[in-house]
Amino acid sequence: MSGLDNIPIQVEPAPALARDFGNALPILGEIRHAVARLRHDGEPSCIDLGAMPFGPGDEARLMTLLGRGEVSATVTALGPTHVWETGYPGVWVVEYQNTEAQRVGLQIEIDEVPKILRTQPADLDDTLAALEARLREAAGRHPDGASDSQ
Amino acid sequence: MMSSMDFLLFTKGPLFQVAIAIFVLGILIRLVEIFALGRSRNFAEPRGGQVIPGLKTVYKRFNPDPGTFRRAPFDVVVGTVWHIGFIVALLLFIPHVEVIKATVGLAWPGLPNPVVDAVTAITLLGLIAALIHRLTHPVKRFLSTPEDYVIWAVTFLPVLTGYIAYHRLVNPYPLALGVHILTAEIFLIVLPFTKLTHIFTAVVARWFNGANFGRKGVQS
Amino acid sequence: MAVPIRPQPRTLGDSLRQNGVSRRGFLKFCAATASMMALPPSMAPAIAAALEQARRPSVIWLSFQECTGCTESLTRSFSPTVENLILDIISLDYHHTLQAAAGDAAEHAREQAMHENAGNYLVVVDGSLPGPGSNPGFSTIAGVSNLQMLQETVAGAAAVVAVGTCAAFGGLPKAAPNPSGAVAVSDIIKDKPVINVSGCPPVPMVITGVLAQYLTFGTLPELDAYNRPMAFFGQSIHDRCYRRPFYDKGLFAETFDDEGARKGWCLYRLGCKGPMTYNACATMKWNGGTSWPVESGHPCLGCSEPDFWDAGGFYNAMSVPVGDSGNVLLAAGAGGLALGVGASLLGRHKRAAAKAGHETVTADELEQKL
Ligand code: SF4
Ligand code: SF4
Repeated sequence: MSGLDNIPIQVEPAPALARDFGNALPILGEIRHAVARLRHDGEPSCIDLGAMPFGPGDEARLMTLLGRGEVSATVTALGPTHVWETGYPGVWVVEYQNTEAQRVGLQIEIDEVPKILRTQPADLDDTLAALEARLREAAGRHPDGASDSQ
Repeated sequence: MMSSMDFLLFTKGPLFQVAIAIFVLGILIRLVEIFALGRSRNFAEPRGGQVIPGLKTVYKRFNPDPGTFRRAPFDVVVGTVWHIGFIVALLLFIPHVEVIKATVGLAWPGLPNPVVDAVTAITLLGLIAALIHRLTHPVKRFLSTPEDYVIWAVTFLPVLTGYIAYHRLVNPYPLALGVHILTAEIFLIVLPFTKLTHIFTAVVARWFNGANFGRKGVQS
Repeated sequence: MAVPIRPQPRTLGDSLRQNGVSRRGFLKFCAATASMMALPPSMAPAIAAALEQARRPSVIWLSFQECTGCTESLTRSFSPTVENLILDIISLDYHHTLQAAAGDAAEHAREQAMHENAGNYLVVVDGSLPGPGSNPGFSTIAGVSNLQMLQETVAGAAAVVAVGTCAAFGGLPKAAPNPSGAVAVSDIIKDKPVINVSGCPPVPMVITGVLAQYLTFGTLPELDAYNRPMAFFGQSIHDRCYRRPFYDKGLFAETFDDEGARKGWCLYRLGCKGPMTYNACATMKWNGGTSWPVESGHPCLGCSEPDFWDAGGFYNAMSVPVGDSGNVLLAAGAGGLALGVGASLLGRHKRAAAKAGHETVTADELEQKL
């Protein structure tokens, strides 16, 4: 194996990453309009970054421009979904991943709370039903100790 | 039914071969005929060289003489502008350079697309202005033959369709590009058999003129 | 072109809940599906509503003269949650590469699916097939010619999806001189809707996106002149290419390792067919959104267009004519020279004859003639 050592290896410097192909700033403009819409008409928006003709580095540049804010959350349903507020409150990044942690979608939501974090009314119904059932069950097991069954 | 891609491949393939064959055949027949005919012997003693004065005249006649300019400034200015524009768009647009490189093996640097784009727009306007002038000017109108209008169209269409294709104004793109190539092929086919041959013969004629001047010892 | 789906007890909503998918999971599924169908995110609620009601369509997948690249592409879909759910939800009743059954049992499965879902199933085809004029023995499955199997299977179908450039346009098998007489599905099927999902292979998400559309809305998508779904094939590679600003500025890579190539300039001069190619690569990308050919520095080959194999060298600029122009030029040049010399000889002869025939006349002689 010593022969291998005789082969000279030339290390090329890594190419400078995050070249700017000029796609980040227009999206910042789109976000600005969306924020205005949310503030004045109360209408939330969502921008699908998967549909953008990004070049290498464009996404990183956009993320740098947006920065990170105070909130971050992970939803576990059909694989993880990472949500964080950017440096601009009201502008959220939602990254959907599959069970193998590969990205299946990347969106920017302009809203007070991103949709996926909200509890849905149908789930509230389920919660109500579940809690009531739980309480009923508890009351049945301790007939004398129930304080709220007057 | 021919799809737009079939059409593009037809214009890029067989039709192109036919067009350049007719063009080269036609233009060579005409030029060789002119040159090989020879000129009758001139027994007069030459008073000077011919080559330098010939070339000088070829160059000098790019500048209009003051008389012509005073009489027809429109023709001189618009004519010069669109001729230059046409040549720039033809020879310096990168896709055209690639065609020439692939066909005859010669290549040269091209111009950035926006420059060619602007030049093309000016050329289009120049050609339209030239047509309007021809139609409205009584003398020009009187002198124009049907061939003149045909030639105007044959020259105008490749520029127009090229502009449309570059800006992708017509969909699908293969159709737009195919139409552009088709009009260019019509230009090539028509060229040797109409006054478009002036592209080649103008220079030759000027040189003969200048060479004659030189021989006679007059200023070229 | 609404094609109703047969009524079936199990809706997609049921089947998702059976799979233990929560409402947030469903929301996520809808968001990813909208993105996959190239629809705006605002469509997610509509998709959710439609999916609740959607029913499993039966799908029969026929593979003819193909390289299995399209199936490979589909099964390399990167997002098990979304696309597998869709593949789970459609009932892929016959796919001779993917199914466990073989031989008679497999063919039986196909016949059964056709019978049970008559008028409602989807037929997906990859690969071209030998046309009616050529030897049917060139390509057969279980002793049945491709042509016969296609006609039989499609007879009771709701619609046909031609996956890949071979099925859509004839592709590689149809490249000149087309030894097998290959034709596209749409050359044979005239009385059913045919959706072409071209590409060599198609972007996996485009395949599932088209199936998802059918599954979700029960309708066929809006199609272009080549019967390709507009959502994915509505824009050219060139119009969505991130290198486009370089094209517009006239900055081109001229070799694969020059400065322009390193700086990521436009690949037009290296043969990029992006301007005439309609596909979704520039936005959907490949390998789970990692990259796509132009991003990796290679020109687009135009793989989603008809006859791309015969459309000139892959590394010739798009404007370059197809065929041997050099020899035509030489031949025409030689011919032109010869004919020109001939023409001038004729001219010289005329001139000499005129000279020889020249007579001097006196005024008296002229007067006499008058
Ligand atoms: S690389 Fe290809 S698709 Fe991209 S801009 Fe250049 S020619 Fe168009
Ligand atoms: S970049 Fe062009 S050749 Fe490559 S897969 Fe996409 S459409 Fe096909």
